[in-house]
Amino acid sequence: MSSFLLQRILQGIVIMAVMSVIVFAGVYAIGNPMEVLIPPEATQDVRLRTIARFGLDKSLVEQYFLFISNLFQGDLGQSYIYNEPVLRLIGNRLPATLELVLTAVLGATFIGVPLGIYAGYKPESATARIIMAVSILGFSVPTFWVGLILILTFAVSLGWLPSGGRGDTVEVFGIDWSIFTLDGWSHLILPATNLALFKLAIMIRLARAGTREVMLSDAVKFARAAGLSEATILSRHVLKLISIPIVTVFGLELASTLAFAVVTETIFSWPGVGKLIIDSIKNLDRPVMVAYLILTAGLFVTINLCVDIGYAVLDPRLRRGRAE
Amino acid sequence: MTTKAVSPWRNLWTRFCEDRIALGALIVVAIILVLALFAPLIAPQDPYDLSGLSLRDARRPPGFVGSGGYVHWLGTDAQGRDLLSAILYGLRVSIQIGIFAGAVGLVIGTTIGILAAYHRGMAETVLMRIIDLQLSFPPILLALVLVAVLGQGKAQLIAALVAAQYAYFARTAFGASSAERSKDYIEAAMATPLSNMRIVFRHILPNAMPALIVVATVQVAYAIALESTLSFLGLGLPVTEPSLGMLISNGVKYMMSGRYWISVYPGIALIILIVAINLVGDHVRDILNPRLNR
Repeated sequence: MSSFLLQRILQGIVIMAVMSVIVFAGVYAIGNPMEVLIPPEATQDVRLRTIARFGLDKSLVEQYFLFISNLFQGDLGQSYIYNEPVLRLIGNRLPATLELVLTAVLGATFIGVPLGIYAGYKPESATARIIMAVSILGFSVPTFWVGLILILTFAVSLGWLPSGGRGDTVEVFGIDWSIFTLDGWSHLILPATNLALFKLAIMIRLARAGTREVMLSDAVKFARAAGLSEATILSRHVLKLISIPIVTVFGLELASTLAFAVVTETIFSWPGVGKLIIDSIKNLDRPVMVAYLILTAGLFVTINLCVDIGYAVLDPRLRRGRAE
Repeated sequence: MTTKAVSPWRNLWTRFCEDRIALGALIVVAIILVLALFAPLIAPQDPYDLSGLSLRDARRPPGFVGSGGYVHWLGTDAQGRDLLSAILYGLRVSIQIGIFAGAVGLVIGTTIGILAAYHRGMAETVLMRIIDLQLSFPPILLALVLVAVLGQGKAQLIAALVAAQYAYFARTAFGASSAERSKDYIEAAMATPLSNMRIVFRHILPNAMPALIVVATVQVAYAIALESTLSFLGLGLPVTEPSLGMLISNGVKYMMSGRYWISVYPGIALIILIVAINLVGDHVRDILNPRLNR
């Protein structure tokens, strides 16, 4: 178990190193930020001084190593546009994105998995067909479009919910949260639903496919022969057997939802990290882009690691196999 | 009982027709393709011809009879463009990009997947590690960054979509062909003086094809959705050739004041297209899944 973990951690470190090179070189290739930073009427002297101040006169390799050594001191650079440390900029917006993403993914899992198990348990029933139709819709319809329809229906036509923004926040542990206020929830519910729909579709499909296969297995036949009720079989045995792909996807989706939040945050003017990255791409704000991408990559690697550990906990076969 | 050998494609088709929803979806896809292909003949107006537009016709509701003397069944947009025509032309752009991106991704991904499966060893380890690494990264983020790096334009957009998607083809091709690779008949073929190319193209590829086609249909739908999302965020195609995503994005600011049709109708067209393609792909996947075969 421990050698398996160590191997995974080493792998993660290698991946992070490779990602940082790719991201840095990739973002470096995007346009010239100097055109944004320096007004066209600036003198040559001012130009050179600005370029030197941002360290852009150095070679790509030098800039990279400077960036890495700063990174280890917890400094991800200064935004060109906001003139603020990138880390603080992202840190200020992260709670908004996190609460949106967590609400969406948790909601999608706790609603999607039971629906999927039912659809896999009785695949020919009318309810199962409706569930699958919903899942195909959630899978197919682009997120931005659902967001627009939600706004059109609940904000413009019915006027029940606000169309954007974050609403009242409460400070808990020094961070502002909307999930602790009623007004915050009224702002959260539309974007969270929007973000959750795609995940819901994935969870339904996964749970259904898993259940359909497990229901045909010997394990279920023996459980039935032992006289267990169908409810017990589903909740104890089937749920456990289909949980591996669900845990994987839960982890991966958590991370990819952070990325997908870009679209939802733009539509609902949710002041999270997603809006920040779109703006920084449009403004060529390199430090913000690099920091965002590297942090996201780090998040992916960490989550993948957690998923692997989760596997080992859930599936004893894997634990023993690796230890031998 | 004697059974006549039935070609796998014929068999697939027979089983596909058993499901009426999937068959209906296939017909819808076919109709949309025909509409998009013959858009210039069907559309009442050429939406790219700016001289034919009148601002007096702008933002009119569905059913309005404009200065052209014909009915705008779906209303007009902010430039006075007939929405039905704009949607038909937009479908053309979206489908074109989706198919193009899907086809290029199919070729690149399949090549990588089959290479890795056929040669095994180092090639397999290195190529598939890269593919797995990429698969763990959300395609939308990859496409966003690439569009930012490459700039705007049709070729750049397709390149970004391909880069975001080829890994799915590579995974599928690898899975299907490494299963074939370990079968005896391939070992036997490799013992004969047949060239590697011949074994790959005549023996491995045809057997991997059905799985690849399922992925391809789904990926075309996904490319269309991704393109519309990028266009919606203002990072997609240039304004001169509006895809469905851009039509939707153009209408958003009028939505709040109740002029819903500018965004809603292009959106409905987009959804019908994507849902129909996915329904077809979904059903073919179910047919091909050996674990569900009774």
